[in-house]
Amino acid sequence: MQHARTGKTGNGAAALDVAGVSHSYGPKRALNDVSFSIAPATFTALLGLNGAGKTTLFSLISHLYDTRQGSIRIFGHDVSRASSEALRRVGIVFQARTLDLDLSVYQNLSYHASLHGIGRHEARQRIAALIETVDMKGRQHDKARSLSGGQMRRIEIARALLHRPSLLLLDEATVGLDIQSRAGILATIRKLVETEGIGVLWATHLIDEVDDGDHVVVLRQGDLVAKGKVADVVKASGAASIRDAFSKLSRGEAAADAEISP
Amino acid sequence: MSTSAMPEKVGAITPVKSDAFGLRHYLICLKGIVLREGLRFLHQRERFISSLVRPLVWLFIFAAGFRQVLGVSIIPPYKTYVLYEVYITPGLCGMILLFSGMQSSLSMVYDREMGNMRILLVSPFPRWYLLVSKMLAGVSVSIAQVYAFLIVAWFWGVKAPPLGYLFVLPALFLSGMMLCALGMLLSSMIKQLENFAGIMNFVIFPGYFASPALYPLWRIQEASPLLYKLCLANPFTYAVELIRFAFYGQVAWVALGVVAGCTLLFLGGAIIAYDPSRGLITRKQGTGGNG
Repeated sequence: MQHARTGKTGNGAAALDVAGVSHSYGPKRALNDVSFSIAPATFTALLGLNGAGKTTLFSLISHLYDTRQGSIRIFGHDVSRASSEALRRVGIVFQARTLDLDLSVYQNLSYHASLHGIGRHEARQRIAALIETVDMKGRQHDKARSLSGGQMRRIEIARALLHRPSLLLLDEATVGLDIQSRAGILATIRKLVETEGIGVLWATHLIDEVDDGDHVVVLRQGDLVAKGKVADVVKASGAASIRDAFSKLSRGEAAADAEISP
Repeated sequence: MSTSAMPEKVGAITPVKSDAFGLRHYLICLKGIVLREGLRFLHQRERFISSLVRPLVWLFIFAAGFRQVLGVSIIPPYKTYVLYEVYITPGLCGMILLFSGMQSSLSMVYDREMGNMRILLVSPFPRWYLLVSKMLAGVSVSIAQVYAFLIVAWFWGVKAPPLGYLFVLPALFLSGMMLCALGMLLSSMIKQLENFAGIMNFVIFPGYFASPALYPLWRIQEASPLLYKLCLANPFTYAVELIRFAFYGQVAWVALGVVAGCTLLFLGGAIIAYDPSRGLITRKQGTGGNG
């Protein structure tokens, strides 16, 4: 896979730095003073039950919504003030399917390439390489409509990597997929962290997707209730495993006690 | 809370800038958006056929039936009496642009519901540029439909002066931009696809019928002075007149000014509406996720 990072990621800058971010939909508070950061080349799981604020956070990071309270920086670039610089470094897989079903796999990817100013020749090479990376060789000219849920997700991941981001955001990327597809996608992403040095923020409510070596950020009803390495969060929440810790944190039993220092 | 999930303390942040996008990148982006709109249009054959059939029904059936009923006196830009089919052809070109502009609004609401819109909005190009590109893409498709209609009309015997087909292009472009910008602005106000029926009832039909597309305004003035004033306040009136005069190599300056002004107004509104820091989208839309 030809996926060389540009290296222009900022000296010592966090891949993602979320500082004091709050967001409301009218009177409804969706995020409340959330702060955390993730380092380049790490896999961080953003855990939270439905309605915890994960998708809102993703919408703020991707500048679909403006950050009105707090700040979000991607490799040092403020998403609100330097959105172009920030968005060039981030690849996003949204929870909702975002492929154009009427177009072929190639046309979908080519469209994304043009949205990042990548010329046709360059795009063709990158698409061919990424199609292989996500095990979809030979499907370039199939209509997106003809793909299974898992295959669509793979293409969306390939699309998110097309402009060679240094940070990858995936919002519940495995929801609705069978166990085999879930495992395959997760393995692909973890490999990207190892081999390509991409920072990953993986939002999920499926605790079995978290490994012992991962970092986690736990949201509960818009509040950040824990963050740190899995072992530290488990210890601080007084649980026996990350599953128990997540269960406790989600019920509000451990709350901010699980806060871990770096 | 302000601790870190990072394994080690991050040092002082010194963001490094990438090479700025140049003209070439902007053109690649525009080309991609136009190509995608064209491909979607070609893949949706029913949309193409219906966009062609609608004005042709008006031309073949409605105009033939009303030719004897609705007499058109000699009014500029015409220098002689013209057949009713000839009179309504610019209005039918306007109708294609109107429906197409609203169709692009519908497609934006659909894209937003389906999630495709996010792919556009998270592009690193400026939001205003993406929206203008999207508009240009919609206008390109609209103009292709108008020329397809004009070819069929030509074979039906409804012909403009040969150079008129060239002169009308800028008028179609500007009118199309205005109607696409209006569609884009409306799309920011529509929360769900189901609400689009309201656009049909409150925008397309009143806009079309309260205009000189089907009958000269002097006839409306005779029938109802109030309705005449409404027609004068309707931007679509000026789009039709701009197109009508352009067919004969003339510029309707008032129409040109109104259409250009409305284009800027609607486009400005759409850009504000889709701006994440000020727009309606942020306030009205949910995140589309569970989390």
